[in-house]
Amino acid sequence: MSTEYLAAAETEWKLPSPRKVALILVILTESALFTIFVVAYLFYLGKSLNPPYPHEVLEFPWLGSFLLFGSSATIVLAEKNLKKGAVVGFHVWWAITAAMGFGFLIYTGFEWHKLIYEDGLTLGTNLFGSTYYSLVGLHASHVLVGFILLSMILIFSLTGKLQHRHHEHVEMVSWYWHFVDGVWAVVVLVVYIIGGNS
Amino acid sequence: MEMNWNRGSRHGHERQTPVRFRRFSLIQRNRSILGVAALTLQNLANASAQDSTIRAVQNIFDPLSAPAEILYRISLLVLATCAIIFLVVAGLLTYAIIRYRRKGGADDLEEPPQVYGSAAIELAWTVPPILIVVVLVLVTARTIGEIQKPKLPNDAEQVRIIGHRFWWEVRYPKYDVVTADEIHVPLSDRSKRIATEFVLESADVIHGFWVPQLNGKTMLVPNHTNTMWVEPYKTGIYLGNCTVLCGAQHANMLIRVVVDTPERYQQWLNEQKATPADDQSVEEGKRQFIANSCGACHDIGGTNAKGVFGPDLTHFASRQTLGSGVAANNEENLRSWLQDPQVLKPGCLMPNMKLGDKQVQSILAYLRTLK
Amino acid sequence: MPNGIPITAKEIGTEANPARPGQEHGTLTGWIQDLVFTVDHKKLGLMYLGMGWLFFVVAGTMAAIIRTQLFVPNNHLVSPQAFNSLFTMHGTSMIFFVAMPMIFGLANYMVPLQIGARDMAFPRLNAFSFWLTFFGACLMFFSYVGAPGLYGAGAAPDVAWFALAPLTSRAFSIGTSVDYWSLGLLVTGVGSVTGGINIMVTIFCYRCKGMTLYRMPLFVWLSLVTMFLVVTFLPPLSAAQIMLVLERFFGAKFFETQAGGSAILWQHFFWIFGHPEVYILVLPAFGVISEVVPVFSRKPIFGYPMMVAASVMIGFVSAGVWAHHMFTIGMSSYSITFFAFATMVIAVPTGIKIFNWLGTMYGGKIRLELPMLWAIAFLFQFLIAGLTGIMLGVAPFDWQLNDSYFVIAHFHYVIVGGIIFAVFAASYYWYPKAFGRMLNKKLGIWHFWLFTIGFHLTFDPQHIAGILGMPRRIYTYQAGRGWEIWNQISTIGAFIQGIAALIFVINLIVSARKGAIAGDDPWDAWTLEWATSSPPPDYNFEQLPEVKSRRPVWDLKHPEDPDWKFE
Repeated sequence: MSTEYLAAAETEWKLPSPRKVALILVILTESALFTIFVVAYLFYLGKSLNPPYPHEVLEFPWLGSFLLFGSSATIVLAEKNLKKGAVVGFHVWWAITAAMGFGFLIYTGFEWHKLIYEDGLTLGTNLFGSTYYSLVGLHASHVLVGFILLSMILIFSLTGKLQHRHHEHVEMVSWYWHFVDGVWAVVVLVVYIIGGNS
Repeated sequence: MEMNWNRGSRHGHERQTPVRFRRFSLIQRNRSILGVAALTLQNLANASAQDSTIRAVQNIFDPLSAPAEILYRISLLVLATCAIIFLVVAGLLTYAIIRYRRKGGADDLEEPPQVYGSAAIELAWTVPPILIVVVLVLVTARTIGEIQKPKLPNDAEQVRIIGHRFWWEVRYPKYDVVTADEIHVPLSDRSKRIATEFVLESADVIHGFWVPQLNGKTMLVPNHTNTMWVEPYKTGIYLGNCTVLCGAQHANMLIRVVVDTPERYQQWLNEQKATPADDQSVEEGKRQFIANSCGACHDIGGTNAKGVFGPDLTHFASRQTLGSGVAANNEENLRSWLQDPQVLKPGCLMPNMKLGDKQVQSILAYLRTLK
Repeated sequence: MPNGIPITAKEIGTEANPARPGQEHGTLTGWIQDLVFTVDHKKLGLMYLGMGWLFFVVAGTMAAIIRTQLFVPNNHLVSPQAFNSLFTMHGTSMIFFVAMPMIFGLANYMVPLQIGARDMAFPRLNAFSFWLTFFGACLMFFSYVGAPGLYGAGAAPDVAWFALAPLTSRAFSIGTSVDYWSLGLLVTGVGSVTGGINIMVTIFCYRCKGMTLYRMPLFVWLSLVTMFLVVTFLPPLSAAQIMLVLERFFGAKFFETQAGGSAILWQHFFWIFGHPEVYILVLPAFGVISEVVPVFSRKPIFGYPMMVAASVMIGFVSAGVWAHHMFTIGMSSYSITFFAFATMVIAVPTGIKIFNWLGTMYGGKIRLELPMLWAIAFLFQFLIAGLTGIMLGVAPFDWQLNDSYFVIAHFHYVIVGGIIFAVFAASYYWYPKAFGRMLNKKLGIWHFWLFTIGFHLTFDPQHIAGILGMPRRIYTYQAGRGWEIWNQISTIGAFIQGIAALIFVINLIVSARKGAIAGDDPWDAWTLEWATSSPPPDYNFEQLPEVKSRRPVWDLKHPEDPDWKFE
């Protein structure tokens, strides 16, 4: 059977962008993953049989949140610059975003160092330790992946390999970065605000 | 099938057909009413009036206890509903296949009318299922309440059952009785309710308790207490199983619920509360028992053996089976067990104690006096 | 022979010998290289299916051993530990290395063709997904030779396919069996999720011109809902397994009851994955039946919009029924009632699908070719499976039946009687498209009847064994419990199924070379895959099609009576 009869006509046929749909689905699946860890955290709140307990050792993450939420703002600025064609501005703001992301990781490192060596809280200490490190650690690993993606974009751009047709790739990385920020908002809410006094 | 309850001489497990044991249980019950009267007068410890009908075939559609009867009634409703649905739908399917089968030849030249659907028909066949669902949900909710929130009489017996790998620890808190693997409960009567509540806990992993003719199954979850109740209407020995995989010997973590007449039940409790008498003829066995660290895992009342990891052996010889049902409690099986428990129950948590023949013989003799 | 299009294998003309997939590479090494490096959705689809049939034979052999062990009471064919490994690996393999690859394989092969696309959205990701899935299976089977060595059960997972905590903690599961289980499935899980994303993006973004969502074949719709479930509900399993790995290797306390942890939490997490998982398995089967029944009844599917709505509804409601696997754990009356209610609610859209298929057959001209035979058997068996599901959904009834052989009978009715039968239907229906040759009809008839009889002999008695109190996962049982005869019949049935499966595998291999030439459209069907050659060229279609209705090939064949005038 010949396919001539099925030849395409000239009318408009719009379908969504594959990269956007793919990234939305990645966000969906990662959200499902994080949800389970959040549920475990909330379920075990107040159920640890031995110290240290959250209210004894947790400090509200002002610096970390400023860095991460701030980086969401700077990435928006970077994208605006890219859209205008201001490449230098794009590079500056994009680099600041990556640096702030990296700063968040350093901040987390410091926080964990204090918790482990000063407060004696490890993954196996009690239910709080298990659920805290797994949730915050899972998030931090996503920040790390995001940082690597941001760096890759930066390097590709600095070496002139980033073309206009890659604008959607850049946009997708920024969506991912916003998602990571969104998860941090949930973590702050669950761990430090709701659970902060347990 | 043995009718006389002669402890220590049972050989394996009897096979029975339903008709035969039903007839026997009638005879048994009549006999036991007379027998109990005689016992109370004579106060014998060895009750030959005990109904030893082994209810090995546990048919969920043959309930012998109040909660099981409640479950049976709703099961019948659901079964009937599903049977009707099946007959109607399967009937229509069969009809369609036969009636609308391709006839071949000239008939094949044309396609049949291309019908895309019909909102009216689809609505029509959506409504009955929804109605059926509504009815079933309402009946379900009511039955759940009947089972989970029963109004048990104030003097209901209470048994605490703690699941271990691979045996059942059985405690009667009201009477300070501790035993293992065999659970005794009193018979109830439709005019005078005698119920027993089981409090289910676990010492290690999740287990499941199921004796179909008494009630549905409930899990024993560590760190989480469950309760269930039984109210049996027929005496006998009800068999059951652990229903949640707990390890290598999950299959042989068997349940034995002995439903006694109230008099016999009291007698059993008294026997269990008593400390076994000091029998000088098995003094050597008792010494060997302690010397070989058996007391590190097992508890025998009136001795220094106070272990809790394994079953309580104070009245070991009063039980019908050993190894939580894996073998009959007779001399041959007990010898095998003492020589190497891994032969009868490979994967159980009692190791081979590497006992010599003389030690096995003397411990065996000692254990068989623990009635 | 309406419209000059042949409709049975006997009437197929002899066109030029169609090439088998991969045949262009001649040598064996060329062929292997091609498969290892391919990113073509058709080859990957066949590789997924091949993986599925391979592990079907392996896990089926395990089932045969299990059934032989249970043939008589107090049997000693295998040790208790080996038996626990057998049913664990049988269940885990059948779900993750047989059923999942088969649905991914069918979707991989057929979705791009049915939507008029050239390939999947991300071909290299597609290959990555397949190899991850395959590697996860290899990792889990490596447990037989890893750690304690070659002596039988060794380190193979032995904690049941749902690995209950705290049995899986280091205290109660010494050795590495649980670790192979978690790590193997974590790897496979990533493969499934990436594959699911790929298929969803393909469906949303690569449909040919004119193919709105409401003109997609039902197989594509059901693949879409299935992959949505994969993407959303596989992560809970991965999360629970990550927690288990952290617990076993780093001392975390997630399910450690001594530290205040909850064994019940594992069950919640597992079943939040586990229940949607069974819908993931069954929805593609519905898709296949929705393709086969119309073509072999010679009518369009009855009530397409409702079929779509019911499928989407099943997808969403499946998220809310998980605790019906936990009715006996000691939940509150309110929770139990809610989940019983949700379970019965989901039965409604599932059940009315049977009516839609019935409505399709009604008034048609049913051709009892092999694909249709399997579909008809599916309809009867899925009806029964659904009804035993209702029985289990009524929580008090479940309190007697849960964790017994009745449940085993129920889910095998769904998975074998439903899903595997649908996969066989799909095989007989689409093999001609993939290989250009028809499967041998005589072997097919033998396969069908032996497998159906074997299936019923195996699983019908298991309902009764459960009713008589036989629990699951026991390596042996005492005589006198009333279970012997049912186990014996069941074992005989299992071996009959095994013979039937072997006949099928032989048919697959032999027909690739010797089957009757199929041509483009041996069944006189109406969806886009039949508008290209058998097998399709690498690029699928010479020119990408444009469609105006749900049955574009019907429109081509019936220009005087096209669908788009009536839809």
